[in-house]
Amino acid sequence: MTTATKSSPAVNGSANGSHDPAEPVWAAWSTLSAKALADLDAAHGWSLNAEELAAIQAFFKKLKREPSHAEIETLAQTWSEHCKHKTFTSAILYKEGRVTKRFKNLLKETIKEPTRKLKKTWCLSVFEDNAGIIALDKKWALAFKVETHNHPCAVEPYGGAETGVGGVIRDVLGAGLGAKPVMNTDVFCFCPPDYEGELPEGTLHPRRTMMSVVDGVRDYGNRMGIPTAAGAIWFDEAYKTNPLVFVGTVGLMPKSAVKKSVQPGDLIVAVGGRTGRDGLHGATFSSASIDDNTSTSAVQVGHAIVEKRLLDALLNARDKGLYRGLTDCGAGGFSSAIGEMAALSGRSGGARVRLESARLKTTDLSPWEIWVSESQERMVLAVPPKNLKALEAVFELEGSGVRVLGEFTNTGRLEVSFEEETLVDLELKFLHDGLPTRERTARFDLPSKSSPKRVKRSSDRMKVAEILHWSLGNLNVCSREWVIRQYDHEVLGGTVIKPLHGLHHDAPGDAPVWWPGAVTGEVDNFRGFSVGHGLNPEYGKLDPYAMALCAVDEALGNLACVGADPTKAALLDNFCWGDVDDPAQLGGLVRAALGCRDAALGFQTPFISGKDSLYNVFTDAKGRKHSIPGTLLISAIAPVHDIRKAVTMDFKAPNNPIFLVGATGEDFGGSLYEQWKRTPQGSVPLPDLKKAKKTLWTLSAAIQKGLALSAHNLSEGGLAVAAAEMSFAGEVSAHLDLDGVQRSNDVLDNVSILFSESPSRFLVEVSAENEKAFVKAMRGVSNCRIGSTIANPVLRVTALDGRRLIEESLHALKRSWQAPLPRMLDGDTAADGRNA
Amino acid sequence: MKKPKVLILRTAGTNCDIETATAFRMAGAAPELVHVGELAGKKKSVFDYAILAIPGGFSYGDDVAAGRILANEIKSRVKDLRGFVRSGRPVIGICNGFQVLVKAGLLPQTPSGEQTASLTFNDSNRFETRWVRLRINLQSQSLFTKDLPEMIELPVAHGEGKFVVKSPKVLEALKKSRSILMQYVNEEGKFSSYPYNPNGSLFNIAAITNPVGNCLGMMPHPERYVTRYHHPNWTRQTFCKEGVGLEIFRNAVKYVLN
Repeated sequence: MTTATKSSPAVNGSANGSHDPAEPVWAAWSTLSAKALADLDAAHGWSLNAEELAAIQAFFKKLKREPSHAEIETLAQTWSEHCKHKTFTSAILYKEGRVTKRFKNLLKETIKEPTRKLKKTWCLSVFEDNAGIIALDKKWALAFKVETHNHPCAVEPYGGAETGVGGVIRDVLGAGLGAKPVMNTDVFCFCPPDYEGELPEGTLHPRRTMMSVVDGVRDYGNRMGIPTAAGAIWFDEAYKTNPLVFVGTVGLMPKSAVKKSVQPGDLIVAVGGRTGRDGLHGATFSSASIDDNTSTSAVQVGHAIVEKRLLDALLNARDKGLYRGLTDCGAGGFSSAIGEMAALSGRSGGARVRLESARLKTTDLSPWEIWVSESQERMVLAVPPKNLKALEAVFELEGSGVRVLGEFTNTGRLEVSFEEETLVDLELKFLHDGLPTRERTARFDLPSKSSPKRVKRSSDRMKVAEILHWSLGNLNVCSREWVIRQYDHEVLGGTVIKPLHGLHHDAPGDAPVWWPGAVTGEVDNFRGFSVGHGLNPEYGKLDPYAMALCAVDEALGNLACVGADPTKAALLDNFCWGDVDDPAQLGGLVRAALGCRDAALGFQTPFISGKDSLYNVFTDAKGRKHSIPGTLLISAIAPVHDIRKAVTMDFKAPNNPIFLVGATGEDFGGSLYEQWKRTPQGSVPLPDLKKAKKTLWTLSAAIQKGLALSAHNLSEGGLAVAAAEMSFAGEVSAHLDLDGVQRSNDVLDNVSILFSESPSRFLVEVSAENEKAFVKAMRGVSNCRIGSTIANPVLRVTALDGRRLIEESLHALKRSWQAPLPRMLDGDTAADGRNA
Repeated sequence: MKKPKVLILRTAGTNCDIETATAFRMAGAAPELVHVGELAGKKKSVFDYAILAIPGGFSYGDDVAAGRILANEIKSRVKDLRGFVRSGRPVIGICNGFQVLVKAGLLPQTPSGEQTASLTFNDSNRFETRWVRLRINLQSQSLFTKDLPEMIELPVAHGEGKFVVKSPKVLEALKKSRSILMQYVNEEGKFSSYPYNPNGSLFNIAAITNPVGNCLGMMPHPERYVTRYHHPNWTRQTFCKEGVGLEIFRNAVKYVLN
């Protein structure tokens, strides 16, 4: 049996706050000093700050009783950064140069504002559920959520990655009445795997971290039978102690399943896995910085087959209409899940829980541990009593557990007991609205605008070839095939544009396209969807605002390239930041959030969900704090009206006109070229939102009309890298003439045209017969014909002065692009091309 | 005409049941997803169906070894399955389903029903997804590959797909009975090594049949190539009207209708 708590709530603590965990009530809490409370907080890992501890003390003083251990835990979980996003929702006094701005609620006034203003009718559920939900067509809707699992992956990368995937799948299963997960996404930020510098004690080598994270995502995603079809990897040494792991899931659901509810009298039913000690304090852990004392027991243990049973049973029960509401047990376990659902049945709400009914992995759990455990693969349902028998039958056939834990009430209270003993008796109002807020200060100083003196860049032929090969082999450009092949990106049969494009299925696609007909059985319905990402922390180092604009521009541009409709796109934001108690770092976050707001308004594309992961900080042995660079991931989802008109990035045939869409400027701040030169090269690209929107919308319409044979979004490495990728992808090359490029007046030389990273630019192959129609369709948008595709397998570029600037074999270019990851991860030097 | 009923067998960790059902529906059949517990508990009988499919996935998480637990369950609790195979009705096991047929001793077919082959860890030692080229044995009796071209393309996605046999005699028997149905080849149709042979299979074996041709086990996924939009190069080609995988399901349906 458990060690639970039959003793009477006698005084058992001392004035220093020591507490016997077997005792339910925390004696003398009301008399503790602020210092003693802070010490207790540190000892128990609650991550509550002084104001919050004081608010709890005051609350219980008013009630004239002492809190129980379980009550403090409930409040700590519910008020955690992870569950409450208290930094993002707080009031902030923001100073930028001489300008001061006051936010009452940063999230509301930045990310959420465009959604409210734009009022898109196809946004079916925004910011309120476990995932954002948009309409796909008359019958179907899509739920989309991207989560981070950074703190667990820093400590235990395999388990952290697995449970990250498991968690975001349950977010989508728990959105509305449940969506069927049909695509996973993964985006990672790692230190380069060939890193040879120093690492703090207890930090895993980046190569090991990367391989374990990929293993974890692969093993969980593949076992769940969900294709992992979209993603990105960014390498920077700044992530050496704090890797970032973003995992996303898209779910498909009937529109009738978008809304959930809870009614008093509904049974609280726990389904799925058992409860154990794994993952205690995950929510509060994610609000803290990592040091070499961080315990791995804060990381959950994943078991995909348990979740697959849960998934199959749950969707079956949904289709039979057996429950009214549900949510997943994520951070904070039962305490957060039941606390959240109790508030769903309107103002009164409430829940009564009898914890002794929970199915356990081990019998030596304290009741409060059962209450806050974050054991994976569990969800909570609100079930009308008359449906219980039928629900049990469905879950029994699939071999998934069902247990009634209590019932929802209208008392306005969260009441939890264990074998008749009261553990928690809290007003929901205090639980959800009692969190004290304080105004934080943030400041941002733009780096002084000393544009470097323009020198004409050398157009030496050898040099240009060298830069091109170096760029293709750069870790942030090179092939991700090593990772992608390990994911089953085709299970469910809907991946009609795959993550790898081209003749040999090994070239970098802009985005995948997914066809729901494969799982709905509506094989004559050719509507689909696509998912695109945008991420560039290098830009963020110079200006987080520009980073946000570029990320939105890139994500939407990727969607446009494959034939999705960006005018019906929706966005997700994932902020991963460092120590936001530092006003300068918080200032960067505010500036990026302002960028998100302006980009969403500019493109008229709403945000529907998001997540932040703060305090990605490592404290070294000397007590110094190392923060990650502020990193923003934008994920975009949009319908593809007809998947039969989708486009890939590989050149299709010789003698076709090639167009460069979008204007080229001197945009080298944070660029690959800047990294190659190792000296600052000016300001970071800043999309002109009005022009960018027009460019994307116009190009996308032309692509959907079938006027493009191939299209590719220009990103890191600019025109040169994109042209090389399209050429070796199709084994059809290109002859480009730089003189044909439309450019701003300050663009003077060949290198600028080839490697500038101006945003909203695309390379498009058009058939000779469609050339006129394409030019007509693109009217009003900067575009120019810059060459033709050629049969000869050599990439050719003619310089501004008419001489031959690039003449490189596709084979050599492809080898430079393919070699790095196999060499670093498998020691495969056979794959090595020329040494750049 | 009445649509033939197809039993799509599923259990915990079956992942490819829905798209396999879609493929059979496109081929003109009436598929039904049936949990192995319903057969073991005698709530449903396999003999009420015209065709049986064991789809891909990770049955029971592929704990112990791929397909092992479901194979044991079939051997001990769903004994009708052996009779169903002997009755001559079409049976197809794809990926994990092939692993189950092999580990249940249903393929390669032996008089005693003992397991004489296995599908084990890829030579690359990791799970891989890729499209492969396959050469079909036109001499085989398989009802599934009737009128298919000799060379086809299909995707594979597995970590344990390397076909091995207990003794050289087993391979000889397979060859002699024309039971080797598909082999991995390169663009020229010749045997080649990795990545053309994606897992290091003995004799490049990708699929085998029983000698009479009603029971097929294959590692590649035909249900993932039932429209032209499944092919990784469909945006490059205009000639292909539909996925060649669909023919495999259609052949099964045609067979039972005749």
